[in-house]
Amino acid sequence: MPPLLLGITLITFSLTKALPGDPVYSMVGERSNPEIIEKIRRQIGSDKDILSQYAGYLTLLAKGELGRSYFTNRRVAEDLLIKAPQTFRLACMAMAIAVPCGLLLGLAAALSRRRAVDRAISALSICGLSLPVFWSGLILMFVLSLKMKLLPPSGTGGLRYLLLPAMTLSLPALATLARVTRVSVLDIRDMPFIRTARAKGLGDMKIVVVHILRNVLIPVVTVIGLDFGSYLSGAVLTETIFGWDGIGRFAMEGIIKRDYPVIMGCILISTISFVLINMIVDVVYQYLDPRMRRLGNDR
Amino acid sequence: MGTTAKIAASVIGVIFVLSVFASFLIPWDPDAINLDAIRQPPSMTHPLGTDNKGRDILSRALAGGRISIGISVFAAIISMLAGLSVGLVSGYYGGAADTVLMALVDLILAFPSLILAIGISVLLPPGMYTVVIAIASVGWVSFARLVRGHVLSLKEAPYVEAAKAIGCGDIRILIVHILPQCIPLAFVMAGMKLGGYILTEAALGFLGLGVQPPTATWGSMISANRAFINSSPWMVLPPGALIAVTALCFNLIGDSLRDGFDAARDKLRYF
Repeated sequence: MPPLLLGITLITFSLTKALPGDPVYSMVGERSNPEIIEKIRRQIGSDKDILSQYAGYLTLLAKGELGRSYFTNRRVAEDLLIKAPQTFRLACMAMAIAVPCGLLLGLAAALSRRRAVDRAISALSICGLSLPVFWSGLILMFVLSLKMKLLPPSGTGGLRYLLLPAMTLSLPALATLARVTRVSVLDIRDMPFIRTARAKGLGDMKIVVVHILRNVLIPVVTVIGLDFGSYLSGAVLTETIFGWDGIGRFAMEGIIKRDYPVIMGCILISTISFVLINMIVDVVYQYLDPRMRRLGNDR
Repeated sequence: MGTTAKIAASVIGVIFVLSVFASFLIPWDPDAINLDAIRQPPSMTHPLGTDNKGRDILSRALAGGRISIGISVFAAIISMLAGLSVGLVSGYYGGAADTVLMALVDLILAFPSLILAIGISVLLPPGMYTVVIAIASVGWVSFARLVRGHVLSLKEAPYVEAAKAIGCGDIRILIVHILPQCIPLAFVMAGMKLGGYILTEAALGFLGLGVQPPTATWGSMISANRAFINSSPWMVLPPGALIAVTALCFNLIGDSLRDGFDAARDKLRYF
């Protein structure tokens, strides 16, 4: 875990170093006195070798310092702290839609006796995977809020504002979940222990809930963890469309204005949360799968 | 290949051929501004209407297809080549090279892919190659990991042992005996990834990080026209529908390739 975080900071540091333009010039202007430029270089340490610059970068990060926006001169870390809860709310709402719907659709596809149901759900889920969220979001907005006037088209606020972006964000995740659930149910359905359960007279409902669902949860939890990452990426697009005041829109504004400290801060925060979520997933595994508890250390 | 995949391949073929020959088929220049014909709904002269600068939506959507499909395929080829080389070296030689390369792969996989692609494309001057580099520098890792796993199992195969026994060098074994076994797997992966690349390219275009205006791309058409969705929905619908259809077709082809190829079916089942 720490090596991974260190690696991530190494990549963000390289990205920062590779940014076009010299930060000193952007502080004092290009026509300044060379002596002043030299003095500032020494002050901020950009005359030192690359390793000590990286060490300095790490110390700043450890202090929670992500630099200041070029435009508002506000601390990026403070802005991120204000905006992160909004993105988190949006991601949770999207999960609350995607997980039950995806599981149900996947189960229905795998267990339905009618082939047409399976086909229809599989087709729907592959369509869901292929939709660009920034377009499906616009379509949802057009139909649900501009034409039918059910929900507000954009803004940050309560549940009414949350629904549209959350629905948009949940679409690809829902589709992935349905696909993975279907494949894993089909795998497990034919295993000997299910036949045993059936042979000893358990009802269908009980077999599905107790035996199949429990085993399906393992790949499904992996996908939920990975999907959280797609929420963070998708948030850049969805939040922009719906004017949701979270990290995604913050990043988009940064991109438009080429406000590099903002962009890099958003990248760092998104990636670290993605890694943390996947770490939590690894812990959840051990509860779901007793085999992992024994093998946990070998992995 | 199943019927679905054949249909999907033909649809992509038709879209691509139409976009390459768009300039011969449609009388409108995709970038020509005509202020006398702004925001016109679909009609006989402009089958899909015009945008707020009077440019023909159909010709712009087709011109965008050439760029979007071209970039995605190009990025897939680069990812495949890079992933194959890294996977072969890493899997066959093992040791320190393997440790370092796989650490890098894990590191890149730790990033949400679009976020890293954004990070890379803000560094470079915007344009076609930047998008290709941004997609490929995130994309190669899936190929590398898949190929490495396959090489690890091939390395122990009797025929490789036999080749070693008769004195073949490492390079010869890698290129003549192992590489041909990995190529189909890499193609399956490419088929499965292309749909995602189409979406990433569109997303970068939407964020303003793709090929720059006035050149049309599907993503940038949507972002430029989204303010008009209420009054002129025809400006936003066609490019998005084309993204969705193209991505869908690539995904269908990918699924069918995977199901038709045993080694891939085991390794890629959950994708």
